[in-house]
Order: sequence, then C-alpha cells, then structure tokens
Amino acid sequence: MTKKVEVKHLTKIFGRHVGRAKEMINEGKSKDEILAKTNSVVGVHDANFDVNENEIFVIMGLSGSGKSTLIRMLNRLYEPTDGEILLDGESITKFDKKELRDFRRKKMSMVFQNFALFPNRTIIENTAYGLEIQGVDKETRHQKAHECLELVGLHGYDDRYPNELSGGQQQRVGLARGLANDPEILLMDEAFSALDPLNRKEMQDELLDLQSHLKKTIIFISHDLNESLRIGDRIMIMRDGEIVQIGSPEDILQHPKNDYVEKFIEGVDRTKILTASRVMIRPDVINIEKDGPRTALRLMKDNHNSSVYVVDSEHHFKGLIDAKDVIKQIEDDKRDLQSILRTDVPTTTPDTPIKSLLNDISKTSVPFAVLDDNDRLLGIIIRSSVLGAISGNEVQNNG
Amino acid sequence: MANLFSLTMQPIPFADWINKFVNWLTQFVGFFNGITDFIGAIVNSFQWVFDLLPVWLFIVLVLGITYWALHDSKHWGLMLFELIGLVLIYNQGYWRDMTQTLTLVLTSSLIIVVIGIPLGIWMAKSHTVKVIVKPILDFMQTMPAFVYLIPAVALFGIGMVPGVIASVIFSLPPVVRMTNLGIEQVPTDLIEAADSFGSTGWQKLIKVELPIAKNTLMSGVNQGMMLALSMVVIASMIGAVGLGSEVYFAVGRNNAGSGFTAGFAIVILAIILDRVTQAFNKNKKH
Repeated sequence: MTKKVEVKHLTKIFGRHVGRAKEMINEGKSKDEILAKTNSVVGVHDANFDVNENEIFVIMGLSGSGKSTLIRMLNRLYEPTDGEILLDGESITKFDKKELRDFRRKKMSMVFQNFALFPNRTIIENTAYGLEIQGVDKETRHQKAHECLELVGLHGYDDRYPNELSGGQQQRVGLARGLANDPEILLMDEAFSALDPLNRKEMQDELLDLQSHLKKTIIFISHDLNESLRIGDRIMIMRDGEIVQIGSPEDILQHPKNDYVEKFIEGVDRTKILTASRVMIRPDVINIEKDGPRTALRLMKDNHNSSVYVVDSEHHFKGLIDAKDVIKQIEDDKRDLQSILRTDVPTTTPDTPIKSLLNDISKTSVPFAVLDDNDRLLGIIIRSSVLGAISGNEVQNNG
Repeated sequence: MANLFSLTMQPIPFADWINKFVNWLTQFVGFFNGITDFIGAIVNSFQWVFDLLPVWLFIVLVLGITYWALHDSKHWGLMLFELIGLVLIYNQGYWRDMTQTLTLVLTSSLIIVVIGIPLGIWMAKSHTVKVIVKPILDFMQTMPAFVYLIPAVALFGIGMVPGVIASVIFSLPPVVRMTNLGIEQVPTDLIEAADSFGSTGWQKLIKVELPIAKNTLMSGVNQGMMLALSMVVIASMIGAVGLGSEVYFAVGRNNAGSGFTAGFAIVILAIILDRVTQAFNKNKKH
C-alpha cells in the first residue's frame, strides 16, 4: 500500500499569541493553562498519521476534538501553525497561492456537513462549479456534472434549485460536486451527520458502492462510531486535539488503547464488525492424499472431537469425516477415506461479518469452514469462539 | 479647577478650524471643478433624455419597467397607481419639476451605488478598512443634513451638483452598511466550499458572495434612494431645482395648497421608485 497523504507534527493554534502558546505546549503545559495565559485555543496538537492510497480513512471524535480543524488544514482552509502535510511526497504546506489553487482544483475536493450548496445556482451549476472556475466550457462541464449526478443516483433534478431537494438529495449533489473535478482525494466533513438515520445508512452504502469502483482516497470525518466502523478501512480516534488511536475497525474493537476508546466502543454491535477470520480457530487436519483412517481416529481421540477436517497436499478443503464412519472403515479394514468424506459442510470467506453467520451457526451442528479464494482451508468457526469474540474476549488460537 | 474655569471663558476655536479647513480645500479648485463638470454631465444627460421623452412615452416606459420587474407576480394595482399618479403630476403642471427631481435622485443613486458597493465589499474583506470607515459612516448619518449644504456651496457652487453631493453624503451610509452586512452574512460553509474548489478571490466574489448578498445589498440601494429623495427639499435651498424647490417656495409664500400638491407629487414619485426597486429585489428569489 502506498502512502497518499503524510501528516507530520501538524499543529493548529487559534488566537493572537500563537508564539507564546507554542512555547507553552512544548513545555508540556495543559490546554486550559494555555487558554488562560495566552487566550489561545489549541485546535490540533502534534498530529502524525498517514493515509494510504484508495482507502477510506475515518477521523473520529466528539465535537471539540479537533477533527474539523484537522481536515481543514489538509486543504489549507486553515493554515497550520506548525508541521507538514505531504501529498505523494510533495509538501502541501509549502504551496504558494497559485499552487494551492491548482491543488484544490485538481487534487482534493470537499463535501460539507450542511451540504454548502450555492442557493443561487441550479443543481447542475452547483455540480459544475469546480469545473466552471477552471474555465472548462459550459457544454463539457455540464456533461461531466450530469454524469456525476447520475453516478450518485440523482436523476432529473439538473435544473432545480437546492431548496427544492430533500437533505439526502442535497448531499448527493454535494458528493457529485466533489467528484466532478475528478480529485484524487475526497475530504468529507461529517458529510452524513445532518441526515436522518435511514438516509444516512443509504448514503453510507452508496459511498461504499461508489468507492468500490472509483477507488479514491477518502478522508471522512465522523462523530458516529457505528458509521466509522461501517465505512472505515482505518479509523483514527481523536480527543482534545490529539490522536488517541489509529487502526482498523477490528483493531480498535479488539485492542482499545485506553479507557477512553474502551468507553467509546462499549455498546457497539461487534457482530457487524468482527469477521470470520477474526473468530476462526486453526483446526488439526488430515491430508487425504497420505493419511489413513487410523491417523484420523487418533487425531480425533487426541482432540476429543467426533470429526476431523480433510484437506489435500495443497491444503485445499475437501470435507470432513465423522468418527463413526472412520471406525466402520477400520472394522471393514478399508484404507479409503474418499468414500466416507462428508462434503455438506457449511463454508464462508474470511471477511464475512459474523452477523450474517450467526443464524446458520446456531442451526448447524458442524463448525463453519473458512476458505480463501482458492478454497484453501484457513480455519473453522466454533460456537464458543464466536461467543467469546462478541463478549470482547480475544480468541485463543488453541485449535 | 482653574483650568476648567478658563476653558469656559475661552472657547476652543472649532468653528475657526473648520472654516480654515474648508478654505484650504477651496484652493484645489481644479479638482472640485472636475467633479462638478462630471456630475453636471450626468445630470444633464438624464435631464436631456427626460426632456426628449413625450409624457405618454415616459408613462409607458415606467409601466413597462414595472411590468418587467414584477415578472412572475403581477401587481396590476401598482401599475394603475403609476398611471394615475403620473397623469396627476402632469395635470398639476409639475411634470418638468418631477423629472428634475428624478434626475437628482437617479444621479445620486448612481453615485452611491458606484462608491457604496465597492466600499462595502472592501470593508467586509479588510478589518482595517472597516475600523476606519465605520465611524465616518456614523458621522455622515447623524450630522444634520443641512450642515452639508454649507461646504457643498463653498466647493461646488450652487445648482444641481451641490444638491447631488449633499444627497450622496446623506444617503451613502446605508448602501455601504448593507453591502458590508450582505457580504459578511454569506454562510461560512459556502465560503469554504468556494475556496475548497480553488476559486480566486474575484471568482468567489462574483459567483458566490455577491449573488447571495444580492437581496441585502439591493435593500441598501433602495434605502439610499429613498434617503436621496428625502433630500430634495433641503437641496432646493442651494439651487437644486425640481419638486423640492416648489415645496420650498410654497413655504416662503405660506401657500399650503401648492406646498401639499408638490409634496404629493414627491410622495407619488417615492412610492413608484420604492416599489419598482423592491420588485427588482424580490424578482427571481430562490
């Protein structure tokens, strides 16, 4: 994975006595102390992180955590007090006015919480705004804008005005406007927070769907943990202008860095986030090409199991055999395992959320087999490990 | 205590200073003559057009402009009022006075728009400018309008031009203020949106800020125009001809009848100007 954006020691201080405030920060003074002494507010302090190409990177925090300040420094709507931002290794923070304008026009666009559509412009004119200011001719820019509106599922509203549209529709326009100039990076500032829950979920799905074929680098701000876990490839949690933890949704659920994060993730429906690979255990297997019934039986006895999983030499999943069949085979003095192989075993992929498996897991007596794209057996899911994961305990690989 | 006592005995010579300042200004006679000629040319152009137009054509044009400005919401009542009102002014023999007053108002309005709107924008963009201009506007608005007549005569002589100057000073503040307010009231996220797509300062102003501030800005222009009209009687004291001077003469002759008739003509003109500019403002509201 290549790094698209690198943020180094980024700091933003609001107020008149920024210099003094900076000194105090370096001396390790608290934010309250700095506010009292210099009347300056520390928005973001010493933020360091990378955003990978084509990922959805969610910056999450409550209001006042500095996330909006941080995202506004990425396109320099706010000038950073200190630190550096690199895009593909090039320093955004060093851009002069003209370079900054070109960068905003071509590389990075933004979607706003309250849509920020221009009320005096029609939907198509709003969408084409980014192209219009670049001097693209009317026919071309309206053509492109129209395509983007279709892409976000808004048909037939081109000549309407923003106040004639619902919130969900308006934010589709906001998204289309952000996509129209074909940026490499999309900044989304609480883009779905102003929508009702139903619309919000729909837009999240829409975004994931769009992302699966557009492959942009998306930096998404949210105060909603469920939203963050749902759409984020990685999540960065902020508090009081500082970064608390960065990690994949699963990392954060499984290894919350401190009490703050732990409190945050209380009450999250883990079954939506945890995937099969996270709860599976590694089973002992027998190789159908070289092992016989006796090996199988011994393995079952050792593990106190009544069945064993079967693979071939390349670890491709073949099926499962039951103890009683193996015993019968030994009594009949047959070495063949193929004839007693059960293939009616439920299977799943490693990135399936366990939510969608729960129902089947409760119904079938045999554990699920987790297979990769080439049908190789990665692990099995047993009920006790699912229960353990849901309750927040780490799965032990004791299989 | 002794100091305070001597202060009451010896007045600070404010009046002297101001007179000296005005006298000092009169040495730039070329500059003020230039302004006089320029404004005089605008006044003469308006008057030339109004004198050229036959009364019926003038009325038709006013009705036409109203019809066009009202666009989607037709107020036949207003157009009927205009027709009756203008015919009445003609009937009373105030036609030319009315066009002269209209010239004074339109010239003043033109100047306050040209000066006021850019100044209002500049105030919104620069804190320093705002800090300097604001108290000046307060001063301009609270100083009794009569006072402006004195330096206006000293610097621009008598006639329409000093009348226009006095009207401009009196009616400029609302245009500047409302423009400033309109630009400052553009929501932050729209400004951020314009910036985040890489707009230049001019693009942001013309494509986003001015269109959104338009309504507030236009009500400033409307207010300014009404204030300019309220100055016509005062301006007539320094030789600005028109309905104002009719009222002024009527006061001198103690003739309530002609005073009120000319006064009604001003009211009719005021209503027409007010409603038509407001119609332009409401027009195409989204």
